[in-house]
Amino acid sequence: MRDPSWNNRDYSFYPGQVVKGKWHGNHYRIVRLLGEGAIGKVYLAEGRGGLVAIKVSRESMSVSSEASTLRQVTKVHGVTLGPSFLDMDDVITKTGVTSFYVMEYIKGEPFLNFLREKNMEWLGILVVPLLKDLYSMHQAGWIFGDLKPENLIVTAQPISLRWIDVGGMTKVGRAVKEYTEFFDRGYWGMGDRKAAPAYDLFAVSMLMMNRGYLSRFKREEPGGIKQLMRRLRDRPLLDPYAPVIEKGMQQRYKDALMMKNDLLNLLTKGETFRHAPAVKKPVKSSPVSRQKKKRALPKERIFKGVLPTSAFASFLLFVYILYLVG
Amino acid sequence: MKQGTVRQILLLTDGCSNSGEDPIAIATLAKEEGLSVNVIGIMDEGDESARGLGEIEAIAQAGGGMSDVVYAKQLSQTVQMVTRKAMTQTIFGVVNREIKNILGSNKEMEDLPPEKREDLIEVVEEIGENASLDILVLVDTSASMKNKLPRVQEALLDLAISLNSRTGENDYCLYSFPGKRNPVDRLLAWTPQLDSLKGAFKKITMSGVTPTGPALKEAMKVHLKRMKKEEGYEDDEGSFMEQPGL
Repeated sequence: MRDPSWNNRDYSFYPGQVVKGKWHGNHYRIVRLLGEGAIGKVYLAEGRGGLVAIKVSRESMSVSSEASTLRQVTKVHGVTLGPSFLDMDDVITKTGVTSFYVMEYIKGEPFLNFLREKNMEWLGILVVPLLKDLYSMHQAGWIFGDLKPENLIVTAQPISLRWIDVGGMTKVGRAVKEYTEFFDRGYWGMGDRKAAPAYDLFAVSMLMMNRGYLSRFKREEPGGIKQLMRRLRDRPLLDPYAPVIEKGMQQRYKDALMMKNDLLNLLTKGETFRHAPAVKKPVKSSPVSRQKKKRALPKERIFKGVLPTSAFASFLLFVYILYLVG
Repeated sequence: MKQGTVRQILLLTDGCSNSGEDPIAIATLAKEEGLSVNVIGIMDEGDESARGLGEIEAIAQAGGGMSDVVYAKQLSQTVQMVTRKAMTQTIFGVVNREIKNILGSNKEMEDLPPEKREDLIEVVEEIGENASLDILVLVDTSASMKNKLPRVQEALLDLAISLNSRTGENDYCLYSFPGKRNPVDRLLAWTPQLDSLKGAFKKITMSGVTPTGPALKEAMKVHLKRMKKEEGYEDDEGSFMEQPGL
């Protein structure tokens, strides 16, 4: 967005640049650009204690606002999946003052990339802890807002889900700050954009839909629940989760805990996922997933006949879920 | 002036003005009068040249608002984002002036340590959530806009969803330019329900000229008249807007 009249500053850093905070005096050496949004950029940098992520924006106000949100939300008891807040400062550059904040660098794979290579139960296994985090967040009066795969990262060893962007976080009762159409109930004609737990839970449902429709889909007139339900039924891949997705879309969950419990019941029923290895029927006509399929095959062969695999796997799954539920 | 009302003109156009006063001059005047002018340029699919881009930015800059140039299909998210950001910007401007009053003439928010800024941010967000918003939507209906109008309508309905999710009140009105006999035609008088614009664009006659400057001037007058009314003055002279819209 062009906003020539307001804080329009060069807010780019370059690899190798040393950013020195004006107020707190910390040094950060920029490694590379991690990501870029509508109004800001995130860089990987080296701080005194190791790698960190630095967010800059051309609007110093949105930096302050996000830093403040991140600080408050990650302090909430039970919210554990966000990056920890480390520092906020200004740097003086040739073009003026640029505000930035520093947070924990979370290394991992994008949510959908990770899931594409995995059996469908992994979708639920990752969404369960997300719902637990959302529950605590909601209890404390915050809404995630811009919930989407791009804002979720899956770390390796141990495999766990983390969220990374606070740009959409909004106090309950206010108008949602940032959203993405596919995940926004307003776009689908399914409600307003007032921050409420059900707003996030609708987005969680669409997050699961996104696993079935990797390139998403557009609203067709008149849109609404009919189109969404048709799309849900059109993807056998999503069948195991259909009841939860539907209930979330219709916003019939009182809170995130109820949605989590439903999901957990689905996952632990045992029957649901046994003979539907997602790897074998990836989303049709996607060349990417076909590639992944080829790569995934040898893995399966290795495991074949080692054990009564499915029983063992579902036992492991069960134990892992117990661990997740804590 | 009614306490805590943010007043905006939202101009949607796809090209350069080619008739009447300089829109940049009018936007400057509008800013003086406490309005902010936001401009969204709509590009044709496949047209990277973005006609009138410079003017679009310049109008917004002069009018203390924001601008963006997008394809018609991206309009919804852009319109609501520009409107929201511009509103925050206006409030931020007011708060910043307060800071100057308190801290001295050269001080700005960035002269405060980061920890202290957060309280101010919270104030700005609180006001942004609760302030009243008067927004006059001014749509270019010159011939080249014809196939973009369905997207414009969609984007405005979407804007209403966003704004109506705020706690504060919203009032909208909708004008098109060029008008049949006047610089602008009123499609919708001040109303809290923007939804009533459905179908408003159907009756529009398309024209070849783009008198952006004169249209902005009329839009400014509509705002000023409303401000006067809210102040409690009787307003007898400004009858130029009184003929029924279409």
